[in-house]
Amino acid sequence: MKYVDEFRNGELAKNIAANIAREANPHGQARSPHPNPDGATSHSTKPSQNDGKVAGYLPAGEEANELLRKVSDNRTYRLMEFCGGHTHAISRYGLVDLLPDSVRLIHGPGCPVCVLPIGRVDQAIRLATDHGVILCTYADTLRVPASDNLSLMRAKAGGADVRMIYSTQDALKIARENPQREVVFLAIGFETTTPPTAVAVKQAAFEGLKNFSILCDHVLTPAAMHAILAVEGGVALDGFIGPAHVSTVIGSKPYEPFADDYGKPVVIAGFEPLDVMQAILMLVRQINDGRAVVENEFTRAVTRYGNLKAQSLVAEVFEVRDTFEWRGLGSVPDSALKLRPAFAAFDAELKFGVDYVAVPDNKACECAAILRGQKRPQECKIFGTVCTPDNPIGSCMVSSEGACAAHYSYGRFRV
Amino acid sequence: MTVKPSYSRPLDIKHGRVDMSHGSGGRAMAQLITELFAAAFDNEYLSQGNDGALLPNVAGRLVMATDSHVVSPLFFAGGDIGSLSVHGTINDVAMMGAQPLYLSAAFILEEGFPLADLKRIALSMARASKEAGVPIVTGDTKVVERGKGDGVFITTTGVGVVREGVVLSGDQAQPCDKILLSGSIGDHGMAILSQREGLSFSAPIVSDSAALHGLVAAMLDSKVKLRVLRDPTRGGLATTLNEIAKQSGVGMMLQESAIVVNQPVEAACEFLGLDPLYVANEGKLVAICAPEDAQRLLDAMRAHPLAANASIIGEVVEDAHGFVQLTTRMGGRRVVDWLAGEQLPRIC
Repeated sequence: MKYVDEFRNGELAKNIAANIAREANPHGQARSPHPNPDGATSHSTKPSQNDGKVAGYLPAGEEANELLRKVSDNRTYRLMEFCGGHTHAISRYGLVDLLPDSVRLIHGPGCPVCVLPIGRVDQAIRLATDHGVILCTYADTLRVPASDNLSLMRAKAGGADVRMIYSTQDALKIARENPQREVVFLAIGFETTTPPTAVAVKQAAFEGLKNFSILCDHVLTPAAMHAILAVEGGVALDGFIGPAHVSTVIGSKPYEPFADDYGKPVVIAGFEPLDVMQAILMLVRQINDGRAVVENEFTRAVTRYGNLKAQSLVAEVFEVRDTFEWRGLGSVPDSALKLRPAFAAFDAELKFGVDYVAVPDNKACECAAILRGQKRPQECKIFGTVCTPDNPIGSCMVSSEGACAAHYSYGRFRV
Repeated sequence: MTVKPSYSRPLDIKHGRVDMSHGSGGRAMAQLITELFAAAFDNEYLSQGNDGALLPNVAGRLVMATDSHVVSPLFFAGGDIGSLSVHGTINDVAMMGAQPLYLSAAFILEEGFPLADLKRIALSMARASKEAGVPIVTGDTKVVERGKGDGVFITTTGVGVVREGVVLSGDQAQPCDKILLSGSIGDHGMAILSQREGLSFSAPIVSDSAALHGLVAAMLDSKVKLRVLRDPTRGGLATTLNEIAKQSGVGMMLQESAIVVNQPVEAACEFLGLDPLYVANEGKLVAICAPEDAQRLLDAMRAHPLAANASIIGEVVEDAHGFVQLTTRMGGRRVVDWLAGEQLPRIC
């Protein structure tokens, strides 16, 4: 915790919040009797030394005038945090309370279980029930609603052998210990969880572990961001808080088209509350300056090119699927991975012949619009009534990283 | 011919295992009870040897509470299923403001369970009950076939007597009341989970399992007007506070900075993506009292070794929705909701 606590310092958060409020709402500030509170020009808002990107500011009076010139009175900042990890941090630490009204955070689709369509969970359930495999899965996948009022957890209660694991190594261990049983790992998640799956597949191939296979539902972050921005008449976004853990793997370079081609600033941020606050400040500054570049707040872990070793490992084992259906975003081209032919023996879809069958979402469910940032959870008719964390209808209500569950569990008092 | 005196070979505790005959009602069962349980729990009521214990008169209102214990692993840092089953029920009785007097214990044993482990559990229960001064006066044993249990399940029931004038209930919290917590949270649950998952941390996480009736007596002695006492076990502090808020028809506002989480527990929770507010405790209590009594109650709690780190963690507020809310260390607000389903680790 030694290296984490400093990123949860409430005093520093208040300093950043004061800067955001001043720079995102200079007119409101200028009208207040104390436009420049103590510390307003201090930039020592972050514990790390990677603050070089934050430009030195003009003295208070001129700075205020400069801001007043740049920022129109009713300017708003619609920022999408792509990742569920950020959604969770924002909700858990109540960060919205530290932001001025002009800054609105929009929860993006970066929650692995939220974007998993019903048909994919059905596939996993079919493997466990019809084919009698031991189905291994990361935890919060267990509660994702599937067809026939089932979920993996309910299938388990009905006798299916579904096991919660913490790492792909656990799945391999189960396969080694049960040579007479087929063991399938439900491989889901963004680029963060893909390398461990690649390692497991390679290891299984090396060991000749014939009873192990994966149901590959790994998806790609940049493709989803493209899908959000490419929507016709799509959501009005002013910038992205870029993924933390995903970016440690893929680097910051893949986000450059969003800045260059779509003119949207991206600031990659860590998952700690101060990281998020600092990234918001950096986004506000880019927007005020009329800039759109990829900036990296999370320099303690993310480089431009990312983890090359992990990337080559993933490239060795996986190739891009032509198209993949996302809950909320629909079919997105080049947005997911499948095993390369050389590893086909470990592909559960082929091995057991379980085809993907698309299943429409519940009609009343607004997950699609919510995942695209077009609606807020509280605008969904069934939010908090039919659909609750105890009885999720839509996938956004399943994981605490999901926009609906986060709002239900942490922010229900807000209208 | 002489009639041979009846002889039975003593239980082979070292190598023996529970088998179906230990639950059959025959000689094997009698032997198991005598040599293992009765020997460990020994007290005048149990040695009456009848189907039930005949207990002396008590003056005052009675409290009765029961609790079943299923825990995996059976032995963990800071305790085992035996001590846990004694502490758990004593605490349920104590949270009613009662002095616990007697316990019963019922065992469901799985065929094949090692007698050595069973003896270890029985001795641990005996020690816990002796330290608490609450004897186990009656009990029962059943055996289920292998695969139909998880080693051993223990159900304990406790009886206690409430002192004159004390009325504690979850529906008595009132707006402006203060909420006190007796110490750090999450220790028991994370001790179990980290051991179950084979996680080790630089400092071991030890369960806080303890009998709290002594602390409760000290709190009642301080003569403050206590309204609610509850031990935040399963579901953790968050669940307990939501239960009270619902029962009393109030809301709560907590201060995150006042809630103590030991560092190894915080690290383990961080690692597994869990929230310590929802992690079980077995030696902590939440107390709600009138605002003017809060400091006196806090002093009384801190004077007791089991609540040296007690703190005032928030207050009861008026709220039609019954929300339990928290002011985070960051200065933001959030709801501390009921736990939905099981607490599951997040993926990334």
